[in-house]
Amino acid sequence: MVDKKTLVDLYTRTLKVRLFESKVWDIFGQNLIPGTLHLYLGQEAVAAGVTAALKKTDWIQSTHRGHGHVVAKGADMKRAMAELLGKSTGSCKGKGGSMHITQFDVGVLGATGVVASGLPIAVGAALSCKMRGTKDVVACFFGDGASNNGTFGESLNMSSIWKLPVIWVVENNFYAMGTPIKWTCPSESIAQRAEGYCIPSKVVDGNNALEVYEAIVEAVERARKGDGPSLVECRTYRMKGHSRFDPAKYRPKEETEYWLSRDPVEIIKKIAIEQGALTEKEAEKIEKKLQKEVDAAAEFAIKSEYPKPEEALEDVFAEEAA
Amino acid sequence: MTEMTYREALKQGLREEMQRDERVFIMGEDVGKNWGGAFKVTKGLAEEFGDERVRDTPISENTIAGAAVGAAITGLRPVAEIMFGDLITLAMDQVCNQAAKMRYMFGGQTSVPLVLRTVFGGGKNIASHHSQSLEAWFMHTPGLKIALPAFASDVKGLIKTAIRNPNPVLFFEHKLVYDKKEEVPDEEYLIPFGEAKVRREGADVTIWGTMFMLHKALDAAEELAKEGISVEVIDPRTLVPLDKKTLLDSVKKTGRLVVVTEETKTGATTAEIAAMVQEEAFDWLDAPIIRVNAPDTPVPFSPPLEQFFIPDKKRIMDAVRSIV
Repeated sequence: MVDKKTLVDLYTRTLKVRLFESKVWDIFGQNLIPGTLHLYLGQEAVAAGVTAALKKTDWIQSTHRGHGHVVAKGADMKRAMAELLGKSTGSCKGKGGSMHITQFDVGVLGATGVVASGLPIAVGAALSCKMRGTKDVVACFFGDGASNNGTFGESLNMSSIWKLPVIWVVENNFYAMGTPIKWTCPSESIAQRAEGYCIPSKVVDGNNALEVYEAIVEAVERARKGDGPSLVECRTYRMKGHSRFDPAKYRPKEETEYWLSRDPVEIIKKIAIEQGALTEKEAEKIEKKLQKEVDAAAEFAIKSEYPKPEEALEDVFAEEAA
Repeated sequence: MTEMTYREALKQGLREEMQRDERVFIMGEDVGKNWGGAFKVTKGLAEEFGDERVRDTPISENTIAGAAVGAAITGLRPVAEIMFGDLITLAMDQVCNQAAKMRYMFGGQTSVPLVLRTVFGGGKNIASHHSQSLEAWFMHTPGLKIALPAFASDVKGLIKTAIRNPNPVLFFEHKLVYDKKEEVPDEEYLIPFGEAKVRREGADVTIWGTMFMLHKALDAAEELAKEGISVEVIDPRTLVPLDKKTLLDSVKKTGRLVVVTEETKTGATTAEIAAMVQEEAFDWLDAPIIRVNAPDTPVPFSPPLEQFFIPDKKRIMDAVRSIV
């Protein structure tokens, strides 16, 4: 089964995303973050479980709710935080912000503001891994809402006919903004839809990082062997609303209470402790260390300069070789 | 030099780049063995390079374009084909929101070296969904390079430059030029982006045009010469980057400009060119700039309707005559 080191890794990744996003929420409350935010709070176990099953050279494709993916994949939190604040030290030099938070050098293909637009890009990256013979794989995150877009069918189909090394990770948080998935999806699960494309699929508890991890490990093995794509539907829940000012009043109270009682950080912590991988004291030590890193990231971001206005004209094109 | 068709010259360019660089591959609907591309541009390449590198796809335009993006940012050099330019509408998100913006949104962390080939234009009686000229949409989208060669001698050098370009390049061809023949250099040659070509020198009026309209403009210039009107014809060859200098130099010489494309008139590339020239060379103009375009309607089917729709030699000649 899963070794102790992995359990600690899962706890650490889950917690790291939690602390990062909590800090973001704090700073946001101080009006230091321009624009809007789609917080990852509540869904941490998905990013943690997926990225823990990947190598550094494997790729992930993120979404509009991407902070957690990027941080879990190993992004520099200082540059990530600075990007959210629109600073020149941000990973995208302040040109992308929350919805385009990306760190290419740790294997993030991109975060995108267009729901479902990441799936075709993941197909291409996986095709590239296959054609270049790298044995790397691509994990593509998308939400329940994205599974109703045309690219879902196109991309699942293409990945299956070409047996591409891609793992389709559905983060089913049951709402596309305010629209419940049961209004827009006739089947019991999104995973069922994979069957039509001959892609094996699984539904897992997306608040349990270990369960996510185990399903992804299986999918990654299949992908690396050249057996093609898999789909893992991770059922999870937003702790906050969809975006900046959404109190999410459209969600039934009992439902919200149920999910909030299933905190991803507590769940993986309990597992790790029960399986003897972690003590309360060690958990506390990890938390202190991570909190320090997150605080430093925030400080770095706040102290960083804004870009010069005329930098708006840079980075449209790559320079052509002479 | 060897005389060959535009189609053959384009294929030679693709072949040379695939031989030179193993990262280059082609994908699109019916580009492979069974068909060789709807206009036969890739015919024979699958046999030569294999099905992996000349890859038939399902009818999934948005994912064809998106897969090209994903492949490009991870180390390959995709040349994707959208069978008809009209169908690029199905891939607009990947072309305009992803390929065009990725480098910028991500602060220069990546670049997107892909080529997307497609074909525009009417003249084949295939109606509103297979005949449009939509280049203005993409000229209006920062982050995309646009090449639109109209001659066999240009297409080979431009496709090679396009494939080697580190940016997303839209490569627009016209249905009626594939069979046109010209002398094409035998040795390797590259045509830099942003260098217009003066297709015919003249003193009285400048015509700036693109794609198949250039052929009509040259015919018009030939006839106008008999009337004693000397016309200079400029082919930009790429819209982005745009060679302003060659055009402005010409306008400063002739003092008169007619801009002609097959696009519907409102918001066409001709409008942009006219606006740019009046901003940058107003003092040299001796007459209003005249636009020759299609009317603001969908492309009709029936031959007399389509012939009415597409600008012809007479309309170009009338435009020139109206300002000399």
